[in-house]
Amino acid sequence: MAEQMSDDDERQQSPPSDLDFTSNKARTCIVTGSVSGHTEFQSLYPDQVLENVLENVLHFLTSRRDRNSASLVCKSWYRVEALTRSELFIGNCYAVSPARATARFTRVRALHLKGRPRFADFNLMPPDWGAHFNPWVLAFAKACPWLEKVYLKRMSVTDDDLATLAESFLGFKELVLVCCDGFGTSGLAIFISKCRQLKVLDLIESEVSDDETDWISCFPEGESHLESLIFDCVECPINFEALERLVARSPSLKKLRLNRYVSIGQLYRLMVQAPQLTHLGTGSFSPSEVAGQGDQEPDYVTTFAACKSLVCLSGFREIIPDYLPAIYPICANLTSLNFSYANITAEQLKPIISNCHKLQVFWVLDSICDEGLKAVAATCKELRELRVFPVDAREDSDGPVSEVGFQAISEGCRKLQSILYFCQRMTNAAVIAMSRNCPDLVVFRLCIMGRHRPDHVTGEPMDDGFGAIVMNCKKLTRLAVSGLLTDKAFDYIGRYGKLVRTLSVAFAGDSDMALKYVLEGCPQLQKLEIRDSPFGDAALCSGLHHYYNMRFLWMSSCRLTHQGCQQIARAMPRLVVEVIRSADEEEVYDRVQTLYMYRSLEGPRNDAPKFVTIL
Amino acid sequence: MMMLMMVSLFLTFFFLSHSPLFLNKHQLQRSPNMLGTEHDLNFKETELCLGLPGGSGGGGGAAAAGGGGGGKNEVESSPKTTGKRGYSETVDLKLNLQSKEGCMDLNQNLENGSKEKNHLTAKPPAKAQVLGWPPVRSYRKNIMANQKNNSDEISDRASSGSGGAAFVKVCMDGAPYLRKVDLKMYNSYQKLSDALAKMFSSFTMGSYGCEGMIDFMNESKLMDLLNSSDYVPTYEDKDGDWMLVGDVPWEMFVESCKRLRIMKGSEAIGLAPRAMEKCKSRV
Repeated sequence: MAEQMSDDDERQQSPPSDLDFTSNKARTCIVTGSVSGHTEFQSLYPDQVLENVLENVLHFLTSRRDRNSASLVCKSWYRVEALTRSELFIGNCYAVSPARATARFTRVRALHLKGRPRFADFNLMPPDWGAHFNPWVLAFAKACPWLEKVYLKRMSVTDDDLATLAESFLGFKELVLVCCDGFGTSGLAIFISKCRQLKVLDLIESEVSDDETDWISCFPEGESHLESLIFDCVECPINFEALERLVARSPSLKKLRLNRYVSIGQLYRLMVQAPQLTHLGTGSFSPSEVAGQGDQEPDYVTTFAACKSLVCLSGFREIIPDYLPAIYPICANLTSLNFSYANITAEQLKPIISNCHKLQVFWVLDSICDEGLKAVAATCKELRELRVFPVDAREDSDGPVSEVGFQAISEGCRKLQSILYFCQRMTNAAVIAMSRNCPDLVVFRLCIMGRHRPDHVTGEPMDDGFGAIVMNCKKLTRLAVSGLLTDKAFDYIGRYGKLVRTLSVAFAGDSDMALKYVLEGCPQLQKLEIRDSPFGDAALCSGLHHYYNMRFLWMSSCRLTHQGCQQIARAMPRLVVEVIRSADEEEVYDRVQTLYMYRSLEGPRNDAPKFVTIL
Repeated sequence: MMMLMMVSLFLTFFFLSHSPLFLNKHQLQRSPNMLGTEHDLNFKETELCLGLPGGSGGGGGAAAAGGGGGGKNEVESSPKTTGKRGYSETVDLKLNLQSKEGCMDLNQNLENGSKEKNHLTAKPPAKAQVLGWPPVRSYRKNIMANQKNNSDEISDRASSGSGGAAFVKVCMDGAPYLRKVDLKMYNSYQKLSDALAKMFSSFTMGSYGCEGMIDFMNESKLMDLLNSSDYVPTYEDKDGDWMLVGDVPWEMFVESCKRLRIMKGSEAIGLAPRAMEKCKSRV
């Protein structure tokens, strides 16, 4: 689950990598890196030895921020850095073209790409907007045959792409797809059958279509190198016998996350084969229907106890709480527990959580109520990350958690760094309390589900609460606000949120001033996503000085007009300004439904669907 | 002194009036003009209508749509039916193969939703949900909805002893491969229809027609639909007969459906008389 923590948690303070080409035009003409790594120059280069030394030293540089800085020192450092960069991170796949990336970085071993903007997850954009992996895989297949690892987030990957991946990169080892779509089990089957060196296949919250293919059986026979197999999002039955055989012949397997079609009885059989697991996703955690009455229940407790290395537990997709005691033996070792698909009560949680002293990451449903949160606060003193999701994600549903549980957490879990909290009621007092009790907060995302809801005790807007967060939490880099908020809240953010990189705003603010405060006050701002807030063209213009420093700006259902967006597009040639309509809306209205704009070296993309207009 | 009391009274009223009230203006602002009027009409319908109980009615509490359109509309129909379908009830099987995300669907869902609510206890109509809010990913919403369905299913199973998941194959004329759906994952025709539309969206070769609803009571409408080249869903039931989807209450459909096929209306025309017959014999 650590993979799922946002990249804001990484140390990334410098100008990101995808756009440091622009700072010196001359550079881009000089480098002619070739596959073998030997750069050819017309003029004699004075000290080849120095460059070799540099190369050896720069190999050790892993942080991309440091690498970006190093590449700016001089031409020779730029060149060598490009040759030694093995992990390439591109935060917006449209910011730079595959050709340009492969031309500069020729020895890349790992590619990390992000595609769609996050608000696309909430159906705010029609599907087929873009972010296709295809041009990337083709470019890398030609230029970087030593690619071993691909990590994609919110991209569209087709079965053909998977086939290309497996066929073009002989030593391919790791594939991680997070929130991706476009492929199915037939693509997986091809990929798996051709990837002989595969160590990691992680499918996380991706949409995988059921092509009725038995992909599990496609793993090559003989001992497998598999270290991680995550397929909890695959919504189709699998060939369990094949999986069992696979696990039995994968001695290096450390991470296994099963989908909901694996019953608890089957889980038992797998765990017996793999007591060395460190990360386990339990699948359904309920028995299959075929278990007869007379069948003896396996000894789950002993099996769990045998997995002494287990530190991360998730799954519980269709939990029968009666089976929960099975996990008691390992609670004391757990650092990460994901109950976010388990609709359990506080009473069911308590016996477990009271043993989880080492827990650092906890994801749960609000079914545990404030009482359950109090139990968490009482025991989990090492908690770093908490996410509380709603069972019933509607605006007007009952809210089982409130400021009571929230405050309890702040008092019990002083080391908290990241919180995502869905609730129906909140008070400024509780938020202020958290800002004081948890000064290490880096990520603060509070979602009061009712729109424009004020402090339910005082009736005041939630300005002071969020203000306190930006004031007191000096390390804060990611913030999501909600509830009734006036411009004042944004004034606070602009004034105190100096390290904020990601800001999410919905149904908030009174006027353009709010957006101005933020654009003028937050120098580190990189990702700004706004919906349904009264911000117009004037506010948009106030950010002209900053947009090249940002990865993207998303504004939907605000008060922008075509003229306003057009102005921005004219003023900033390196910005791609996309106006996105909902699929069947015609281009008649002057009001812009959705604006998505991002810096790019490539200009308007050529794969935009018809509901996207690039200004 | 009096002035102070007046002022404090005024302030109290002021704060009270700003207490959490859900304003519809944002919702109305959101829907583009072409739907604005229809949107209003629906709420009016809600206030006036005196529909019969049964059919696809009964306000549910399910968290979200099953296959397609995640956060769009949470005013759901529950799986419960009380026998006969009211004459005014029709099953909306709009296979919106082109624009699943369009506001059209929201409108249709609202229409269904408000019809259900009208005859229940005198609660104010549930607030229509805003697209994509709260910001919970459809993936998660679907899982929670499925869990709810599964737990209903488990309790049903305890009493009725019916089988587990109801997987049926779905094929669409012209599509290169077939899919499978678990009918138990859905609790209404609308949800199934959304899911099917999503599954086969890349193979759209025709539309389902903007008015498309299989109105089994209206023979001429049915005939029009079946004469067009629009797609209709059909299914093979336990008796081996091919029927038009939507003719029976949802539960009965789940029990009897063996497989699904989406075919052109013109091909389905042979099914119509049988569908009408079976329908009449059940009613």
